[in-house]
Amino acid sequence: MKNYQIKHSDLDGWLEKIIAAGRRVIAPVTEEGHTDFRPIHSPAEVAADDQVQTIQSAKQAAFPKAETLFSYRKEGTAVSLDQPAPESYLQTVVWRARPCDAAGFTPLSAIFNWDYKDNLYNARLARTTLVAFSCQQADAYCFCTSVGGGPGEKKGCDILVTKLPSGKALVEVCTEKGEALAALAPGLFSEANAVADDSPLFAEKQSALAQLPARFSKEDIRRHLAEAFDSPVWREQSERCLGCGACAFVCPTCACFDIQEDPHGSHGRRIRCWDSCAFALFTQHTSGHNPRPSQATRWRQRILHKFSYMPERLDATGCTGCGRCSRACPVDMNLLEHLTSIAQK
Amino acid sequence: MNNWNKQIADMLADGTVALVIGYEEGSTPQKTRPLFCHDAVAAERLVMDGRCTHNLAVYLTKKELLPAEGRIGVVATVNVLKSALQLMQENQIPEGRFLLMAVGPEGKLTELPDAESLRQYIAAHPLPDNPEVAALIEKIDAMSREERWAYWQECLSKCVKCYACRAACPLCYCTRCIVEDNRPQWILPWASTLPNIEWQINRVMHMAGRCTGCGACYAACPLHLPIHLLTKKLTQEINREFGTERPAKGNVLSTFSPDDKENFIH
Ligand code: SF4
Ligand code: SF4
Ligand code: SF4
Ligand code: SF4
Repeated sequence: MKNYQIKHSDLDGWLEKIIAAGRRVIAPVTEEGHTDFRPIHSPAEVAADDQVQTIQSAKQAAFPKAETLFSYRKEGTAVSLDQPAPESYLQTVVWRARPCDAAGFTPLSAIFNWDYKDNLYNARLARTTLVAFSCQQADAYCFCTSVGGGPGEKKGCDILVTKLPSGKALVEVCTEKGEALAALAPGLFSEANAVADDSPLFAEKQSALAQLPARFSKEDIRRHLAEAFDSPVWREQSERCLGCGACAFVCPTCACFDIQEDPHGSHGRRIRCWDSCAFALFTQHTSGHNPRPSQATRWRQRILHKFSYMPERLDATGCTGCGRCSRACPVDMNLLEHLTSIAQK
Repeated sequence: MNNWNKQIADMLADGTVALVIGYEEGSTPQKTRPLFCHDAVAAERLVMDGRCTHNLAVYLTKKELLPAEGRIGVVATVNVLKSALQLMQENQIPEGRFLLMAVGPEGKLTELPDAESLRQYIAAHPLPDNPEVAALIEKIDAMSREERWAYWQECLSKCVKCYACRAACPLCYCTRCIVEDNRPQWILPWASTLPNIEWQINRVMHMAGRCTGCGACYAACPLHLPIHLLTKKLTQEINREFGTERPAKGNVLSTFSPDDKENFIH
């Protein structure tokens, strides 16, 4: 795939062409001082590029908070089913995601294709193009470099844009979907603007990135977790946890969902919606028995699932170090801090 | 170590209390967070200042967190005290099980061992009305019905149904919430505009006359949706209809008097 250099000031023109081509574009938008992904219709709506993260991750592009799996209608004894046609899903561009957003789709896809290939997720993802921007700042919650990512990491991106101090932007096109997006602005992504693999721009890119030394390694964590099932650490860490769904819902890799009915007599819909392992009801049996009866056991599940079970079963880590869970948590459960203390035990 | 930290450390050391719930420094210098102190050493980490805004009363009904024996100390803000008192009035926590403590401006620790002392302390320390909240309510009050409906639809379309607003509220203590009841399914459980509105209507109706105005629901919402305006507005309505005095037991909408002026009671 090719790399290009364009001017910072050309980015909006390119986005305008993407919008004009009829793509649904989701981008960071600031409302009342808070920035989150929203559908936009003009580059002017996009938030200034001065915040580390959006509140929510980009996962909603392929895994919306609620979606219809199928609808049904009963007439006499005949039942007809109606499934959403994946072709009807809009071609979507996530503009100015972060590398940790892009990385999130690797574990997410692993889950949605584990034993069953989830057509709806796969179809949405196939129609989603991720334009990530390298991070030039990190905050107290970021830890991508501890889990194999980085502020300028391309993995999972369709396109990675890095704004350089010189006023240029290095555009690394990583996939065919990315190429299709670049092709919408042939004037910008021309041979004249192509960047050779040995260009000094790549060194400039490195110097433009946020500095974020790794605090632990995935392997450290996994080694400690192998022995930690009965550790008192779960209770110690989770005492203040309120058991809400905030951390899971903002997380780029949390994939747990619930299936719900929307019945209206002889017709209705079946709906998939986000769920969270922090909820007390999440594992409750009909008998009333709950195999994860306390918040401590639910917190343990959250950590073990992401850092032990997923690496074991799916060869993926269920965390990209984006820090969103910690920013969203109403009681400041700081995942970086908790993991660091586990790694140092 | 502050003098009050030392006092609390001593209480933990000599068994006056088995656990103390308070605040410690958080992830950033702007933040504090809840802290559970099981021993005197942990008490050194306790802080109390204007950054302490979590409503710790939410933990007082979580039995799994509390030692079966012994008293539990709480280093409390006025909002925590108000919620604790409300919980006592609703028979959710027994008087005497908790030793609520307020830290005065000079670091003086005041012990508030029972409902009466709580009442007096709260009356002596009224919290100022938040002018931003008042301004927002005025703004919404000035809207037409249609505008208001559009405002809340737009706002709650963003809700993800994480229920952090429920989890953070000390008075949302039901072990089985109506949103989890599915026979019948009173409230549609997924996140989309109408079901989200249903959830908030239900939440604020259950809070009517009970909400202490602490703002914990709003502070917890990851989307920063101004849902505390709903409870605040309902409190205003209740005050208008029933006055600002609250019964010592029960709540305005769940108590009755045989000599009620309305005749439905007879
Ligand atoms: S667990 Fe937290 S830090 Fe890790 S990917 Fe999810 S939201 Fe980001
Ligand atoms: S967001 Fe925080 S309080 Fe809520 S479940 Fe997650 S860790 Fe617990
Ligand atoms: S302001 Fe919100 S959290 Fe506080 S008591 Fe009222 S409803 Fe509950
Ligand atoms: S905390 Fe906010 S997003 Fe979560 S359920 Fe409540 S209103 Fe919705």
